[in-house]
Amino acid sequence: MNKKDIIICRCEDVSLADIHECLEAGYTTFEDLKRILRVGMGPCQGQTCSHLVQAEIAKYLNLNKEDVKFQKTRPLITGVVLEDIAKQARGEDDDQS
Amino acid sequence: MIKASIVIIGGGISGLSTAYNLAKAGMKDIYVIDKGYFTNGATGRCGAGVRQQWGTKLNCILARKSIEFFGRANEELSYHKDIEFKQEGYLILATTEDEDRQFRKNVELQNSLGIPTKKLTVEEALKIVPHLNPKSFISATFCNTDGHVNPFLMSEAYYFAARRLGVNFHFYEEVKEIIVEAGIIKKVISNKNEYLTNKVVNAAGGYAKEVGDMAGVEIPVFSENHEILVTEPTKAMQGPMVMSFSKNIYCQQVPHGSFLMGRSNPDALPSHDISSSWQFLDEMAKTVSDILPEVAKLRVIRTWGGSYNVSPDRQPIISDTSQLKGFYMACGFSGHGFMFAPITGELLTEIILEKELDDYAHDLHIDRFKENIITDYEHSVV
Repeated sequence: MNKKDIIICRCEDVSLADIHECLEAGYTTFEDLKRILRVGMGPCQGQTCSHLVQAEIAKYLNLNKEDVKFQKTRPLITGVVLEDIAKQARGEDDDQS
Repeated sequence: MIKASIVIIGGGISGLSTAYNLAKAGMKDIYVIDKGYFTNGATGRCGAGVRQQWGTKLNCILARKSIEFFGRANEELSYHKDIEFKQEGYLILATTEDEDRQFRKNVELQNSLGIPTKKLTVEEALKIVPHLNPKSFISATFCNTDGHVNPFLMSEAYYFAARRLGVNFHFYEEVKEIIVEAGIIKKVISNKNEYLTNKVVNAAGGYAKEVGDMAGVEIPVFSENHEILVTEPTKAMQGPMVMSFSKNIYCQQVPHGSFLMGRSNPDALPSHDISSSWQFLDEMAKTVSDILPEVAKLRVIRTWGGSYNVSPDRQPIISDTSQLKGFYMACGFSGHGFMFAPITGELLTEIILEKELDDYAHDLHIDRFKENIITDYEHSVV
């Protein structure tokens, strides 16, 4: 299968070909790839693609997968509507007793 | 031991721009050292806005010249991708009579320096951003040539152009010591190499003070955490950056479709902290739902933090220093290093190569803080 048709990051539409191109250009950590390709920056925050990216970096650098660092984890765990946060912060949220 | 004409500490946008401009001017054996991954510091954490609406003459000039460069950056740097320069303006809201009066003065200053800012009524502002809450502000200013640049891709454009000109980059390498003997820089020592050099550029962003200390150069700057968030991407719905100093918000939809927004924490203490707090999320959500209720319907997917490197007058320091020959610095941008980077690299190159400087550029010198008298102060900061 063509590497361009293998999607690694569904949120940001990043293909295996994109990942390999960036590795060849010298970006060999998750944090580097993320900044250039936006891989892991979408709504799922890397929950789908992280393992795949990690595996590709490991293969390229000839490392064990567990020796390839993940991207930094930041809040939030899932997407939350800003207005809902604002309501709760103002104490207007009826659902909260 | 590596022989270097100059060692640039920090591979963020200021270091990249300086490296590129020095190499373009013909300098060889330039080394850029950065302790982390590509754009790991403030550059990769910034809000991606580029604006010319400032309250001081100096910032206005730096901004205007930098915007001119962004317009020709893809071409000049022969970038194979696109830096995503979007000129859909900055709309800055006045929410108090005092602010309205100050903005009148700002617009006059900006216009006198060739920046096409206009003062707008609430009705005029609503034509540009229809989903603004009309009750949240009393007037606005708008400059249609302000806008957005992608910090990662702008950095990459400089990085590739500099590499083609022979600049050497060492990422994941941390400078530990600067050896000075009899008032002359002798060596830069990192955790991986030693560099024989008598010229150093301090472009260390949040760590500019510490790099100054290594060389015995006192720099009156400190770092402060500024938090920011990003939403899920959505349809194109807001051209300009919307900003308010009094309500403490900047909020822009980037070409990718997501919204970026940030605010400053008035209680932040000087530190290298770049963590995320729930307090930021609460305050940001409240402010955006007041000013831009439509935007508040979106989901936030991530928050992060980055360092502002703050100077006493909230204007950058771009200069050499009488404290140490061969030591140059670009720091204290107070949150605006990315948008001033093109002119920063050009000016620092002129300073290093001992060229004649334009008059205004002398005011960027660190010596302006010597007597502890601040003559001008930038208030237009979030």
